[in-house]
Amino acid sequence: MSILVNKATRLLVQGITGREGLFHSQQMLEYGTRIVAGVRPGKGGEWVLEGKIPLFDTVKQAVEATGANVSVLFVPARSAADAMLEAADAGVPLIVCITEGIPVQDMMQVRRYLDQHGIRLVGPNCPGLLTPGEAKVGIIPGHIALAGDIGIVSRSGTLTYEVLYALQQRQRGVSTCVGIGGDPINGTSFTDVLAMFEDDPRTEQVILIGEIGGSDEERAAEFIHDRMTKPVVGFVAGRTAPAGKRMGHAGAIVEGGTGLAADKVQALQAARVRVADHPEAIVDLLK
Amino acid sequence: MKLHEYQSKQLFAQQGIPIPKGRMAMTASEAKAIAEELGGRVVVKSQVLVGGRGKAGGIRLAHSSDEAENVATQILGIQIKGLPVRKVLVDEAVNILAEIYLGITNDRQGRCPVIIASAEGGVEIEEVARREPEKIVRIPVDPLLGLREYQARYLAAAIELPRDHWRAFIAIALGLYETFRRTDSTLAEINPLVLTPEGKLLALDGKIVVDDNALFRHPEIADLRDLDEEAPSEREARKYGLSYVKLEGTIGCMVNGAGLAMATMDVIKLRGGQPANFLDIGGGAGAEKVAAAFGLILADRSVRSVLLNIFGGITRCDEVARGILIALQDVKPTVPIVARLVGTNEEEGRRLLADAQMITATSLVDAAEKAVAGQEVPTR
Repeated sequence: MSILVNKATRLLVQGITGREGLFHSQQMLEYGTRIVAGVRPGKGGEWVLEGKIPLFDTVKQAVEATGANVSVLFVPARSAADAMLEAADAGVPLIVCITEGIPVQDMMQVRRYLDQHGIRLVGPNCPGLLTPGEAKVGIIPGHIALAGDIGIVSRSGTLTYEVLYALQQRQRGVSTCVGIGGDPINGTSFTDVLAMFEDDPRTEQVILIGEIGGSDEERAAEFIHDRMTKPVVGFVAGRTAPAGKRMGHAGAIVEGGTGLAADKVQALQAARVRVADHPEAIVDLLK
Repeated sequence: MKLHEYQSKQLFAQQGIPIPKGRMAMTASEAKAIAEELGGRVVVKSQVLVGGRGKAGGIRLAHSSDEAENVATQILGIQIKGLPVRKVLVDEAVNILAEIYLGITNDRQGRCPVIIASAEGGVEIEEVARREPEKIVRIPVDPLLGLREYQARYLAAAIELPRDHWRAFIAIALGLYETFRRTDSTLAEINPLVLTPEGKLLALDGKIVVDDNALFRHPEIADLRDLDEEAPSEREARKYGLSYVKLEGTIGCMVNGAGLAMATMDVIKLRGGQPANFLDIGGGAGAEKVAAAFGLILADRSVRSVLLNIFGGITRCDEVARGILIALQDVKPTVPIVARLVGTNEEEGRRLLADAQMITATSLVDAAEKAVAGQEVPTR
């Protein structure tokens, strides 16, 4: 077991013919992910990646022909909202959006629409999902993670890779790694993923990697306190970040006194989460 | 991207929101001419993108066009929170019966816009929120439906606006929402919205913050960007697609990934140093981008050492190291550089950099300690 993606994942790639889309599709394929289709309006009927992946003009056609059950998006920011809505209308139950820089008003509309249709979105502005040995959906480097019993959920990309790599150096493995993304409005929260890890028989403990901005970590702390039986360790980036400045991620900003790293650390500690001082100390806190 | 008051109010007016008569001026004589057109009694308001203009002497009343010229001369000579005043808005002076706050922003937790009103306008809404939170009314707006008339009416009632003014207030609230939508704002605020003795509602001051990620579909708003109001380093960073924030410390940072960049700053602090900047060079950054990033960091005269922290995932560390070496051929660093490369092919990457006289480190803590120690050596 694992969460969200596994051997049964039949992946569709939207924006597969772009530079990033093609490169990462190749990487996902090499990892062993079952990519069943690509969508690129205007190129339906063609094939990419040495004739392995058929292209479709629309998501609807791709889903009907291949039974795709997850879609990953490498679509440019200006058309990403449209692409997510298209996937939703085609009935894809899980959408993973890698794209960074989507207008926040687009995301508010998309999220509302997906909620109304019971469709899960991971991201945007995220590295995607990795269930080691089974499926890689997105851009997380596959070779730096072993399969195991640690669940990871994070708002960051490379910071998460650091942790995966440190775990691998110590022969520790991961059940699923979920990048929920650095945008202020996203599809899946820390709490959503924690609930899935709590129910996942393979996951024994969880690493949560937060950062400044918003209050998702505080709500995660509440959930951990009230509902989690599995141990959680954490890290929150941005203790030195000044207020009112956006630190790279659209969502990483302290506004009106909300989103401070110190408050998040305090909330997590109050929920008996062991919080590391620096990312390299996270692995030492695991059981 | 923040817009000036005069720009924001023009956008409000396009959606039918009443604003005082007035225009922007860049010289005192222009200000005088505008004051003459408006009949002499005007308010001269500095146009800088910071709060607290009034307290700093940047907003003043003038009773004649000559006085307006005088006042404009003075205001155009001052700095507000370090920003020199280059423009003033000359508005007709308005008599005020009551000041209201009306604003729309995004509610992160509710994942929707929220419209906020208060009968306590004219002061910062955060101040009201702290002092008298019960005086603030918030209504979430469905992002798919938009603001509805009944919601605006609810606001009018909740702030106890006399019924005579409800129709005008509702039109203003709907116009503000339309402005928020059409400009892809993250904040559209009228503060104060004033009630005049003549019974009119007027947007006396306004503020719009536009979502940078949406500027691609609003070229006319992108053109409003006031380059004078930006730090040159941040402008330069934007040109190269780098995410850069200037900080107060002495250790320059270059990192791939925003989360890792923040964590790097944190570790520097933890080891007794102070980061000079936040800088995310992004994934798969090539030599040109790395060179631009080095240029930015080294142009900051307070930088006394540099910490380079790169995780090589799909891009291998040896490739990254070669990019750094190419970049360093153009930029001759004058301060010690500590490099930490971790991930795929890290040994090879470290070897390449060590051959180039860089201080290498294996762990982030080790790198931070070396960067802190490195800056003690005076090299300038």
